[in-house]
Amino acid sequence: MSQSSRREFFGGFKDSIPIALGYLSVSFGFGIMAVSNGLSVFAAVLISMTNLTSAGQVAGLTVIASGGGLIEMAVAQLVINLRYSLMSLSLSQKLDGKFTWLSRLAISFGITDEIFAVASGRSKEVSKQYMAGLISLPWVGWALGTLLGAAAGEILPEKLKLALGIAIYGMFVAIFVPAARKAVGVLIVVIVAVAASCCIRYIPIFSGISEGFSIIICTVLAAVIGAVFFPVKQEGGSDE
Amino acid sequence: MTVKILIYIIVMAVVTYLVRMLPMMVFRRKIKSRFLQSFLYYVPYAVLGAMTIPAVFYATGDVLSASIGLAVAFLLAFFGQSLIVVALAASSAAFLTMLFI
Repeated sequence: MSQSSRREFFGGFKDSIPIALGYLSVSFGFGIMAVSNGLSVFAAVLISMTNLTSAGQVAGLTVIASGGGLIEMAVAQLVINLRYSLMSLSLSQKLDGKFTWLSRLAISFGITDEIFAVASGRSKEVSKQYMAGLISLPWVGWALGTLLGAAAGEILPEKLKLALGIAIYGMFVAIFVPAARKAVGVLIVVIVAVAASCCIRYIPIFSGISEGFSIIICTVLAAVIGAVFFPVKQEGGSDE
Repeated sequence: MTVKILIYIIVMAVVTYLVRMLPMMVFRRKIKSRFLQSFLYYVPYAVLGAMTIPAVFYATGDVLSASIGLAVAFLLAFFGQSLIVVALAASSAAFLTMLFI
């Protein structure tokens, strides 16, 4: 690795520490849940190592525990994880020119809400070394937390575990608040997304909308409003 | 682990991976449309806003400690603190609230 590659990798690694800490505590809960649903420790860890997503894994666990069909499993994963398509699409625009198709195949595996958030919060394009650094530790944290949760049950004191539950949201806030402070378009988009998300959560007629779909609806709505009323300046100087 | 559970896990993993991988492989060229560029620029902020509120209020098990954690996060984020500082301060504030209130 050249010196700049190494610097990129460790830059990503450092940025991923809060994600990894958050994942460690969240996946701990998943581990406990998986074993209590009759899965082996190995199966629980295998799910975390191959999926790297909280909502999808919990839904998958529900399907397994209830003996659901494979089609049901596939549709559940598709619906709940559909938001990653939006993130993947968005992130594909932010990669620097040095990505090969193989490195795209590799880093697309690691797109999660939090990893995406940090990568897209960077002011410049991201390199494959940065992405590798950003994905490695959270992936280890996610698998390790699952292992600890499944094997050892509750290790952390209850209150500490609960308090760590907010760490990931703290990270989200640290990304959108400074951006909303700088650009009124971002501020409006965040306000619309939050308002829509609260409506879907609290207004009874929307109660049939799953969490994954809610995120998709709020995202598309708010981002369309942002794009229509606050279009960003064209990059690369080419007008349509 | 039974074969049946292994098949479940494979289906989960493959569908989840395809959802992540296909858009990235298909859109290899820079998007020129100003609308689409703007839309994609706003997607992360919209996703984060929608995922944070109101879910954050239920993240610690009680609304008070979560609200105090969120307030601390907002304040530190507003003044430009780094991700890890904001995340740990929010957790610490929530933890102290649970201990003392």
